Amino acid sequence: MAYQHSVCAATYLFSSLKEVMAKAAPARSGDFLAGVAAETYAERMAARMCLATIPLKHFLEELLIPYEADEVSRLIVDSHDTRAFAEISHLTVGDFRNWLLSDAADSAALKRIAPGITPEMAAAVSKLMRNQDLILVAAKCRVVTAFRDTIGLPGRLSSRLQPNHPTDDAQGIAASMLDGLLYGAGDAVIGINPASDSLPALMQLYDLVDEVINQYNIPTQSCILTHVTNQIKLMEKSAPVDLVFQSIAGTEQANKGFGINLEILREAQQAALSLRRGTVGNNVMYFETGQGSALSANAHHGIDQQTCEARAYAVARHFSPLLTNTVVGFIGPEYLFDGKQIIRAGLEDHFCGKLLGVPMGCDVCYTNHAEVDQDDMDTLMTLLANAGVTYIMGVPGADDIMLNYQTTSFHDILYLRKLLGLHAAPEFEKWLMTMHIMDGKGQVLPVTQNHGMLTNMPRKLLPPP
Amino acid sequence: MNPKNPVEPNPSQPPLIRGGADSALPLIRGCWRGFEPNEQPATKPLSTLDPWQELKRFTSARIALGRVGSSLPTREVLDFGIAHAMARDAVHLPLDADALEAGIQSLGFTTLRVHSKAQNRQTYLLRPDFGRSLDDESKQHLPTRKSSASIDLLFVIGDGLSALAIQRHAAPLLAEIQNCIPAAWKVGPVVIAEQARVALADEIGEIMGAHMVAILIGERPGLSSPDSLGIYLTYAPRVGRIDAERNCISNVRPQGLHYAAAAKKLVWLAQEAMELKLTGVALNDESEVREVLANNT
Repeated sequence: MAYQHSVCAATYLFSSLKEVMAKAAPARSGDFLAGVAAETYAERMAARMCLATIPLKHFLEELLIPYEADEVSRLIVDSHDTRAFAEISHLTVGDFRNWLLSDAADSAALKRIAPGITPEMAAAVSKLMRNQDLILVAAKCRVVTAFRDTIGLPGRLSSRLQPNHPTDDAQGIAASMLDGLLYGAGDAVIGINPASDSLPALMQLYDLVDEVINQYNIPTQSCILTHVTNQIKLMEKSAPVDLVFQSIAGTEQANKGFGINLEILREAQQAALSLRRGTVGNNVMYFETGQGSALSANAHHGIDQQTCEARAYAVARHFSPLLTNTVVGFIGPEYLFDGKQIIRAGLEDHFCGKLLGVPMGCDVCYTNHAEVDQDDMDTLMTLLANAGVTYIMGVPGADDIMLNYQTTSFHDILYLRKLLGLHAAPEFEKWLMTMHIMDGKGQVLPVTQNHGMLTNMPRKLLPPP
Repeated sequence: MNPKNPVEPNPSQPPLIRGGADSALPLIRGCWRGFEPNEQPATKPLSTLDPWQELKRFTSARIALGRVGSSLPTREVLDFGIAHAMARDAVHLPLDADALEAGIQSLGFTTLRVHSKAQNRQTYLLRPDFGRSLDDESKQHLPTRKSSASIDLLFVIGDGLSALAIQRHAAPLLAEIQNCIPAAWKVGPVVIAEQARVALADEIGEIMGAHMVAILIGERPGLSSPDSLGIYLTYAPRVGRIDAERNCISNVRPQGLHYAAAAKKLVWLAQEAMELKLTGVALNDESEVREVLANNT
């Protein structure tokens, strides 16, 4: 339907809900590239004012992509919990923001209503929120998941150990893994982005991480971030698969570009569940997302990139993942130009994910052709840690030598834990103390040549020092 | 001595300055001496060293960096900073097209200069589509199919995301290609394209009526590879070709794939492409396999 809003003696017309939402979005290069952004500052504010008056109920009637045309739309509609929605169904988008910031919206209330919120409602309200609002509300959301340890408890900050190597060299990967473990990283997952997609090479990587986890009896899980269909094939060949990974997006067509659909994800989830490898929980999926992926596949349907991104969280939520993270600065400056845009996008993604009940982490990262540097990364990671981000990445020295981008380091995780008094997942933290890697206060302990981690490394991986 | 920076700087080589057109090859992870803390021998060192230094031989990842408290030592902050600075300069310092042109002409090639629709770097970064099409002036002065009939393999040199890469590597790579390209092939003038994306070569190749086009282009700089050059080969170039219809040779630089090996690979691919009348996923790179077979017979 058409919308209009008059402000300061001018009347702005918007032909559809998706146009209101796109024009209400904070300025970012990807929306300009798609031609959906507001043309003036005043038009952007008019769109926000217009959006604030739209009832949440209306989002269930005017779908951004028709039900018949898109399986993600069907998933959003079919899985909508009307009972959970009842509590907020009388609100407009503007009042939804007020409610979220009110003391009535405590952790229990937010958890109760999460299944009643659609991604479009979350995206809409985020467009009316300042950075501090996104941080404050996300910090109230609790999303707890478990596999071999428990992720997302209050006062905790977990990390993915990402020991990538440009040629998947086993010793190179093992060296980075040991480096990370000795810095206390890896409680969310030990996850490798492989350079190869050959099944025998991938099988070797699964065996490698599994051997390290078994050798030291680490309460964590492994993941090899190859295409989901490879992981299904490898599970059929009895590979030790803990978490199944896949990149996902917010439209059926964009997912098709990734070579997946909901049925394939369902099949992978069932296969992983049947392995029964979790000890304290059964969240077996790991998803990655990122603003701009739908537009880059030319599959955005005229929807702004942040709303497309929020729709991906509906896909994630459906499969009860252990972990989901937005790879916020990876896509390049044509989608998120500079530090300001990346920081804003990271906070939006984390907020929308958490509001919808997704265990949201963030790959706080950038490429060298974007207007960003380490100071921007420090800002975003510090804001996200205050917002209760579930986990961030841990790469040696913040420099991923396989993916050629910069993300957060083991040192960064220690900085955040020290600054804000945050801890690793409880089972993992206990292990760190048992292994004399950290003390009870989360302080890294000095390591000597004969530390058990160095002397007990699987022999075929690394010779003892 | 910083164990990660074992290479002493060579005083005879000038530091990399604007444009970096000199042939100095800074190894990013070793081009400076490293920050040495000025500590009295009797005092306790401020930073904690990691005793797993020897694991560095297994990976170029930044492991065993040590810590001050739980933060990075100054040495490592600066080491990362210089690597990032090199990558940033590679993206933003403009191509010295005159110097590049002179280098290519000295090999015996004629040259042409064109420019994409992206008038500056900011536009280039924000509008990838502009980097994929020629500006009006370039379009008009390119020789057309008729005047440049039957070019077999046309070379386009594009700055891409690292002008530094082509400034350094394009001419020596072309020299190696000259050594192994079939003598009968007509290559035509070498086209130097500013603010170029890979697909710009499709339009250039189409206008000039080339059977094949190879674009030598600066790749997105990594923290330890600011000057990596990529080659994309496309058979029957025309506007609208997709990436699956090209073959790519990546990471061409002295610390990666060497000029001679890259040249050989390209010529092998081009000969196969001519035979099969296509490039892309249907043309697998078996040049190394073939070479092994050839050496065994």
